[in-house]
This record gives sequence, structure tokens and C-alpha cells, in this order.
Amino acid sequence: MTPVYLDNNATTRTDPAVVAAMLPYFTEQFGNASSMHAFGAEVGSALNKARKQLQALIGAEFDHEIVYTSGGTESDNAAILSALETQVGRDEIITSAVEHPAILTLVAHLEKSRGIKVHIIGVDARGHIDMEAYRKALGPKTAIVSIMWANNETGTIFPVEQLAELAHEAGALFHTDAVQAVGKIAINLAESEIDMLSLSGHKLHGPKGIGALYVRKGTRFRSLIRGGHQERGRRGGTENAPGIVGLGAAAELALAFMDDENSRVAALRDRLEKGLLQRIGSSFVTGDPDNRLPNTANIAFEYIEGEAILLLMNRDGIAASSGSACTSGSLEPSHVLRAMNVPYTAAHGAIRFSFSRENGDADVDHVLEAMPPIIEKLREMSPFWRERDVRTEVFNPTYA
Amino acid sequence: MWEYSEKVKDYFFNPNNSGTMEDASGVGDVGALSCGDALRLMIKVDEPSQTITDAKFQTFGCGSAIASSSALTELIIGKTIEEALVLTNQDIADFLGGLPPEKMHCSVMGYEALHAAVANYRGETWVDDHEEGALICKCFGIDEGMIERTIRGNNLTSIEEITNYTKAGGGCSTCAESLETILDRVNTDMVADGSIQQEEAFSLTAYVRPNKKKIVNLDEKPKGPLTTLQKIRLIEETIEAIRPSLQRDGGDCELVDVDGNRVMVKLIGACVGCHLSGATIDGVQARLVEAVGVPLIVVPVTQYH
Repeated sequence: MTPVYLDNNATTRTDPAVVAAMLPYFTEQFGNASSMHAFGAEVGSALNKARKQLQALIGAEFDHEIVYTSGGTESDNAAILSALETQVGRDEIITSAVEHPAILTLVAHLEKSRGIKVHIIGVDARGHIDMEAYRKALGPKTAIVSIMWANNETGTIFPVEQLAELAHEAGALFHTDAVQAVGKIAINLAESEIDMLSLSGHKLHGPKGIGALYVRKGTRFRSLIRGGHQERGRRGGTENAPGIVGLGAAAELALAFMDDENSRVAALRDRLEKGLLQRIGSSFVTGDPDNRLPNTANIAFEYIEGEAILLLMNRDGIAASSGSACTSGSLEPSHVLRAMNVPYTAAHGAIRFSFSRENGDADVDHVLEAMPPIIEKLREMSPFWRERDVRTEVFNPTYA
Repeated sequence: MWEYSEKVKDYFFNPNNSGTMEDASGVGDVGALSCGDALRLMIKVDEPSQTITDAKFQTFGCGSAIASSSALTELIIGKTIEEALVLTNQDIADFLGGLPPEKMHCSVMGYEALHAAVANYRGETWVDDHEEGALICKCFGIDEGMIERTIRGNNLTSIEEITNYTKAGGGCSTCAESLETILDRVNTDMVADGSIQQEEAFSLTAYVRPNKKKIVNLDEKPKGPLTTLQKIRLIEETIEAIRPSLQRDGGDCELVDVDGNRVMVKLIGACVGCHLSGATIDGVQARLVEAVGVPLIVVPVTQYH
């Protein structure tokens, strides 16, 4: 049985070509880029080449707008903490209810420890941000707005360019966590007003432990990690040269495969989604089917629990993930689905299938065959399945 | 990915006694959809002998919830009601070869379903006594209300004491920050109502946290290195002092032998096969090192040599 990996929003396989590009930087080109000899110079030029590859992927005007970090979480922390330092006299943050914990946990901590006022903007049933609440929250005290480019669970895309313009009208900085968007959809930062953007290597077939923060030229920035002069003093610490080379190689490949991602991969996703909804009743797509990442499908199977579904899928060689409470060790289901008002009966049973360029038709066929008996087996065991007609929650999902 | 035992996996993939029962003598419904766990237990009771002759379950939940439900039915079928009610959630977990700490609440749900079903059979109503305030320690399912009551009832002023009294914070320790916040708030209230002194109270802002460890009189420390006999006696005394806290959880620990700096102990009862036994051994080792004052390694042994 060939395993079917459909959890690419969690992490992707490092492309073998990326690994090949990285390898010399462990044992041959092992120098420190800051050193005054050939060993250092060779590494220094490799770091610059990677910066140009990344610049092309996100459409940045200048390559020095890219600051290498350890990944998405560090980039998010650096962006928000920097804005609180540079935006003197402003001590409010605006973000959305469906952000990644890298943002939500940080802002909750800042609220508690520093008395920062945090505005959490809600979303509608399709995951779209409440624009009226956003406009109202913006004001002369807003230091920074941080809204994700695309949601990791549902794939819903946010109108970040427009949100950035509104933030600037209020004098606030705009940051976007684009960890899920970079490499999957076209991004052109030069033509937007976005001030800062976070991205991560391992979500686009690059290595783990490497990422970047885009900081627009002219945006005042305060370093999160202080130390040496690396990254023009914006991020101390000897550069992770193999990781950076890998990130650059991955960015170049992602750009080359951008059309494939948005045509062939999107078609695979659509075929899986349609097929599952046809074969399995009481199931529906969460998020906005018309405005989302090409690779993501989030399907809620009602009256059963996600971890149990995943364990049975795993036995059939299928890897996906779930918004269920049990997979995270908490008792609350996905904060994203709850913010969208998906009822508990469905939120616990939501399964996210996330594709990549490495998936093919055989993967979809296998999942379409394996899923119906899994769902049926668990529903037979569920006390809610038999009583589904008497459910009390006011909710009418659209079944395809 | 959770580390489930083979038995948990087996009982999840192939559960026994899943289904409904038309003529159940008693039905117990526990859990809730919002929590992602719900269990309906149906039992058939032979009236004259008060024996549970059959049991079925229906479960909405994760792998360990389904496995715990199945384990529960196997444990109670054939037992009298009195015998069944003696079962604890630990018995369910043990039957399954242990559960990850974060999943222990699945076994608690089984325990509660049994009590609910028996109450239903007897025409009584079962009331669960938890779910007060936010769940703080997810490993052991301890909520804020329970922690607050224990702090007040026992005048606790340190995180270590909270863990000793309630187990909260004794697992993954992710809740350490929450525990500090609760202790700070409750202690502040207790100072205000006069039940503890300001100096004793735990405070998040204090530079040095109140330390309730006994002050050791340096003069009383034995001079020079301990003789082997003194060392073994000290180890014995220390282990004796630890045992009551293990016994409270249904476990126990015995000193088997001392060889140089290696202390061989035998874990007994609930400690055997407990997924936290590693932590227990570490705890015993820390206490011994502190008491004896020389580096010691505690080695768990299964039999006498």
C-alpha cells in the first residue's frame, strides 16, 4: 500500500532537489558568511542568491527586504513586537479570530503582561473577515494589524491588500502571516501596501527550521533576536546557511510549479471534494469554496469525532489532519471552525485534506474508496447518529 | 501522534459490545458534544442476583474514548453491581495497558457512565461533581474550582503543594503559568480575609517565592562522609517518607538493594506499568539525592535478585 500524504498544510516533503542544493553547505561550503576569507565569501554569495530566489517568489521590490528567521512563528513574533516598539504612542493590536496560534497566543500574552489592547475581529460562516468591525477597530492607537493571507485550516483567502490600505489610512502598520499562501498563490508585494510578511520554508517543500520576514524598505524595524550584525542587524545569530540555500531553492521550484498548483492540483482537490460529498451524506465543505487556496479542502463529517477518523484513515495509509479537540489534547475543537459558527456536531469531525504538487490521481482514487466505510463504521458507534433528526442546534449547512 | 498501547489500538479498531440494547435495565449518558466526548452505556441487570449480564455502548469520541468504552463493558459484564461500582477509571486505563496522560479523561468518562447507568437502573439521578470553571490541568482533568477549593481548604502557598494535593501540573506542566495565576489570586484573597499571612502568600511579583522547605540546621549535618550503614538508613528513611504519597494513588515503592550509588527500588500496585512511573522514579531520585547529599541513581527493578 503506497501511503497517501494529504497533510501538506502541516508540512511538506523537502524536495530532493532542495536537499541536493543544501548538502554542500554542510561539509564543503561550511564557512561563516561573516568571515574574511574564501570560505566565508562563498557562503555569503549563496545567501544572496537565495534572497533573490525568494524575492522573485513574493514579488518584493528589493532583495534586502527579506530577513531570514527560524520560521513562521519567529517571523510573526518579530513583526508584532517590533511594531509595538516603533509605533510610539500606539498600543493596540488588531487581528482576526482565525489566526494561527503563533499570533493568537502572542497577542493574548501581550494583553495580559503589557496591557496591550487587542481587537479580535470575527469572521462569517464562510470565514470572511467582518469588514465593518475591522474599520471600527482601526484608530489612532492602532500600532499594527496582523491578518493572515490564507487560513491554514479552511484555505480561505483574506483581502490583505485592501486591509493593508485601510490600516495605513489609520497610520497603523500591516503584517500578514502568509505561511500558507506563499508558494501556493501568486504574491506581488511591490504592488501592495503590506509592510511585513511571514513565510516558512517547510510549507513549500523546503527544510524545517528556516523562514523569513519580509520588511518593506523604509519600515522602521526593531530586532527580536539581538546579537551580531547579521541580516543588517535585524536578526542576530550566524546564518543557517544550508537552510537558507534550501529555502531559496524551494522558492525557485515553487515559482516554477505555480501554474501546476493552480490548475492540476486544484482539479485533484475538487475531484476529491465532490466525490466525498457525493458518497457520504451529512457532510459539507467548510470555508469559502470560491475563494481559497487551490490545495485545501476542509470537510466536516457530522456526528463523529476527527481523531477517530484519522486513526482509521492512517490504518488505510492516508495522512490528513483534523480540527478535532482530541488531536491537540485540548477539549475545544478548532478555534477557526468555532469562529465560523460551525456547530460542535460537525466541528469535531472536520477533516482537512491538503494537497501538493507531489499528489496525483491515484491518491484521490484511494481516498474516495477508503473514506465511506470509515465514516459509516464510526457513525454506527455514535450515539448522535441515530438521533440526528432531533438535533437542536440552529444550523443548516448546504450539502452538495 | 499519540502513543497508544497496542491494546488501545486493538480495542479501537475492533471494539467489543458496540451497539444498542432494546431492553436495557439502565442507561447512562455522560459527556457532551461540545467537549468532543460522549458515551451512552446500556446495561442489563439480572434482578435477583444483581449481576450485570450484558452491556453495550455507543461513543462519540476519539480512539481512546472508544477503546475505554469497550474496555468498560468487558470489565463489568459478569460482575454484580456492587463489584462493578468498585472499579476506578485507573482500572479501565490499566486494562488497556495505560493511556497517555492527556487521554486519562476518557477513562474517567467510562467510570462516570457506569455510575450514571447504575443510578438510572436504581431510579436515581446521577450528578457529576466536576466541570467548574475552566479545565486547567488537562493531563489529570483538574478544573479551576477544584484547585481553588484545595488551595483554600489546605492553606496552600506553593505550586509544588498544589501538585501534591491535586496532581494538577504533575503531567506535561503546560498549565504552570495558569496555576501561578490562580494561586496568586486566591492567596491575595486569603490574605485579605485573614486566613494566611502576607509573608506566606505566593506572589507573582515577589522576587523570591515563599519557600516552605524546612530550614536545615547546618550544624546538625553529620560530619564527614556517611558510613555505608548511615547512607542505607538515610535512604530507607527517605523512601518510607515518600511511600504515603504513592499509596494515596494506589501505588507503592520498596527499597530492594543499595550498590554503591545505585539504589534499586521495586514499584508496586498502580505504579506498575503506569505511564508516569518514569516521573515517579525521577521524583524518588531527587528526594534521595537531597536527603543523602551524594549523587545517586534510582533503578527500578521488577524482581528481587
